[in-house]
Amino acid sequence: MVAPVVTASQTTPDTKRVESDEQQELVDTTTAELAPLYRQMLAIRRMEEACAKAYSTGKIGGFLHLIIGQEAVCVGAIAAIENKDYVVATYREHGHAYAKGVAARPIMAELYGKKTGLVKGLGGSMHLFDKPTNFLGGYGIVGGHVPIAAGAAFASKYRGDGAVTLCFFGEGASTIGGFAEGLALAALWKLPVVLICENNQYSMGTPVYRSLAVEDVSLRALAHGMPRDRFDGDDVVKVKRRIAEAVERARTTGEPSLVEVVTYRFRGHSMSDPGLYRTKDEVEEWRRRDPLNRSRQRLLDLGFPESELNALEEDVKAEIEDAVKFAEDSPPADEYFPYVIKE
Amino acid sequence: MPVISYREALNQAMREEMERDANVFIMGEEVGHYNGAYKVTQGLLQRFSERRVVDAPIAEMGFAGIGVGAAMVGLRPIIEFMTFNFSLVAIDQIVNNAAKIFQMSGGQYNIPIVFRGPSGPAVQVGSQHSQSFESYYAHVPGLKVVMPSTAKDAKGLLKTAIRDENPVVFMEGETLYNTTWDVPEGEELIPIGVADIKREGKDITLIAWSKMVWTCLDAATALAKEGIECEIVDPRTLRPLDVETLATSVRKTGRCVIVEVGWPVAGFGAEVAYQMQKLCMDSLDAPIERVCSDDVPMPYAKNLEDEVQPQVKDVVAAVKRALYLE
Ligand SMILES: Cc1ncc(C[n+]2csc(CCOP(=O)(O)OP(=O)(O)O)c2C)c(N)n1
Ligand SMILES: [Mg+2]
Repeated sequence: MVAPVVTASQTTPDTKRVESDEQQELVDTTTAELAPLYRQMLAIRRMEEACAKAYSTGKIGGFLHLIIGQEAVCVGAIAAIENKDYVVATYREHGHAYAKGVAARPIMAELYGKKTGLVKGLGGSMHLFDKPTNFLGGYGIVGGHVPIAAGAAFASKYRGDGAVTLCFFGEGASTIGGFAEGLALAALWKLPVVLICENNQYSMGTPVYRSLAVEDVSLRALAHGMPRDRFDGDDVVKVKRRIAEAVERARTTGEPSLVEVVTYRFRGHSMSDPGLYRTKDEVEEWRRRDPLNRSRQRLLDLGFPESELNALEEDVKAEIEDAVKFAEDSPPADEYFPYVIKE
Repeated sequence: MPVISYREALNQAMREEMERDANVFIMGEEVGHYNGAYKVTQGLLQRFSERRVVDAPIAEMGFAGIGVGAAMVGLRPIIEFMTFNFSLVAIDQIVNNAAKIFQMSGGQYNIPIVFRGPSGPAVQVGSQHSQSFESYYAHVPGLKVVMPSTAKDAKGLLKTAIRDENPVVFMEGETLYNTTWDVPEGEELIPIGVADIKREGKDITLIAWSKMVWTCLDAATALAKEGIECEIVDPRTLRPLDVETLATSVRKTGRCVIVEVGWPVAGFGAEVAYQMQKLCMDSLDAPIERVCSDDVPMPYAKNLEDEVQPQVKDVVAAVKRALYLE
C-alpha cells in the first residue's frame, strides 16, 4: 500500500501560515529595491480605501472586491517580470493592474463608470484591461481565466518571444474545471506561465478546510510533474524573489509553475459581505502582520530616512486624491455599440 | 393572506418540501453556513443540518453532475447556482445529462432535479454577471424552464418543481428578491405550464416574464392615464409554454407586445411571436412588437446599463407602435 503524500487537516488561525513568525528569515534587500515596492503597495491600499468610500456614497456600483491585506502578492510578483510579460487576473484586480503599470486615474474613472475609464466605463471594477501594459484583464467567472493565461503563454512559446505570463487566482478557484484543465495543459505543453494562487483562506464565506480535501493547493502541481512553491505572502521582497525563480524557469526552459502564496484579506469578500464568518481575533492576528507595516518598518531599519518616507506617503496621498478628482470630474460613459464586433 | 418577499417565498417552498420529503436536499456554493449569497436558503442549514444543506466548493460542473447522479438513484436534489451566469460552467451536465438521460435510458431513469438561482441583469455587475439565459435552456427538450415574477408564483412553482419528476431549470429574478406579494400560507401548488393574467385590459396584450412583468405593470399604469388598457400575461413557465392562455388574450385585444430582458436574436420572445402569429393571425390588427435588451454585452456604467435594458419608455413606445399611435 502506498502511504498518502499528505493528510488533510483542519485549519486554525495559527496553522494557516507556512512559517511561524520565528521561522521567517529576513530576505536581503536594499532601500532602493524596497521603497518603490512599498510605494506601490501603499498606493494600492489608498486606492482601495478610496474605492470603498466612493462605493458607500453610491459613486461606484456593482460588485467591489478589495485586495486590502494582500497587496504584497501582486506587487511582489509583478515586480519580478518585465513589461513584455503578461498578467491575467480575477475580479479582485485593481492592485494587479496598478502594479503592472496602469495609472490610478483611469482605474478610478473606470470604477466611477466614466468615459475616461480604463475600458470606457464598460467593464467596471471586475474587468480592467490594458493592452499597453500587457494586462490581459480581470475576469469574473472563477477559473475561466486560467486557460486564457495558458493561451497567452502558448502564443509566447509559439512565437518564441521569451515572454512569461503570470496568472492570479484564489484558492477557491482550485476546485473548478477551468483551473484543472489550464494546469494540465500548461504542464503537458510546457507553457511559460506562472500560476499564482493567492490563498487568502476564504472563498467568499467558505474557509479552506471546507472547500479542499487537501489544503495545500500547490500539491496539485505534483500530479502533472510541474514545479511548485508555497510560502507566506506578507514580505513583498520574498514574494518577488520566489516568483522570480519561477519566472526565470519559465523564461529559460518554458517550464510552468504552480505557486501558492498564503495571505489574508482584511475585509469581506466584496463590499456587500460583512465577513461575519471570521472571528475578530483572527482578523486582528493577520492585521498584526500587515505587509505594509512590515515593509515600512524594514525601510526604517535599513536606514531609509523617516522624512523621505513621509514625503513618499504624502506623494501617494496626492496621487490617489488626484485620481479620485479626475474620476469625479470626468464625463459619463456614453457609448457601447462600437465594441461588440470589430469591423 | 400574508405579504411576503420573493426571497422568503422561495425559502418557505424549500423548507416545506424538505419537511415533506426526506429525499430533498440542497447543494450549492454558500447555501449553508453563509445562508446563501442572496440569503434565499437562510436558516435551512440550522433546520436540516449539513447532511441536507450541502456547501459545495466552486465546482459547478461537479456539483450539478452530483445532483444528476443522485437523482438517477432516488434523491431529489435542489442545485443552487449562485447566479445562472455560472450555470454555463455546468451546462454540459444540464443539457447533455439531465435533459437526456430519461430518453437515453429508454425511460428507465428520470431525473427529478431542480437547478435554481438568480438570473438576469442585476445592477452594475458587468457583462459576465448580467445575462439572461432562459432562451438557452428553453431550447432543450427534456428540460422544464420556470421564471416566476412574484413571490406567490415563486413559492407555488418551486414547490411544484421540486415534486416534478423531470429536470427543472428554475430561474429567479436577481432584482426581484425584495419584491413582495400576497402569498397563501401552506400548501398551494402552482402547476408548471399555466400562464397567469397579471393585469386585465382590452386594448393590447403585453407578454412578459420575470422582472419584465414589473416593467410592464409600470408601463400599463402610465398608459392607462392616456386611456390605453393593457392586458399583461405572464407565461411563468417558458417550457412548457401555455400558448392557449397567451393566444386567448391576443385574440381578445388584437395586438401584442412581447417584452424580455434577454438579447433579441433567437430570444425566447421570437418563439412566442411565432406562436402568436400562427394562432391569432385572423385577430391581429398590427404586427407583433418585441422589446428586448440591446444586442450587446452588458456595459458597467449605470447610465449605459439602464439604456441597454427594456425600460418603461421602451414598452410604452412599442405599445404605441402596435396601436399605430406613433
Ligand atoms: C464559476 C463561478 N462560480 C461562482 C462565482 C461566484 N464567486 C465569485 S468570487 C467567489 C469566491 C472565490 O474565492 P477565491 O477563488 O478564493 O478568490 P478570492 O475571492 O478569495 O480572491 C465566488 C464563489 C463565480 N464568479 N464564478
Ligand atoms: Mg480566497
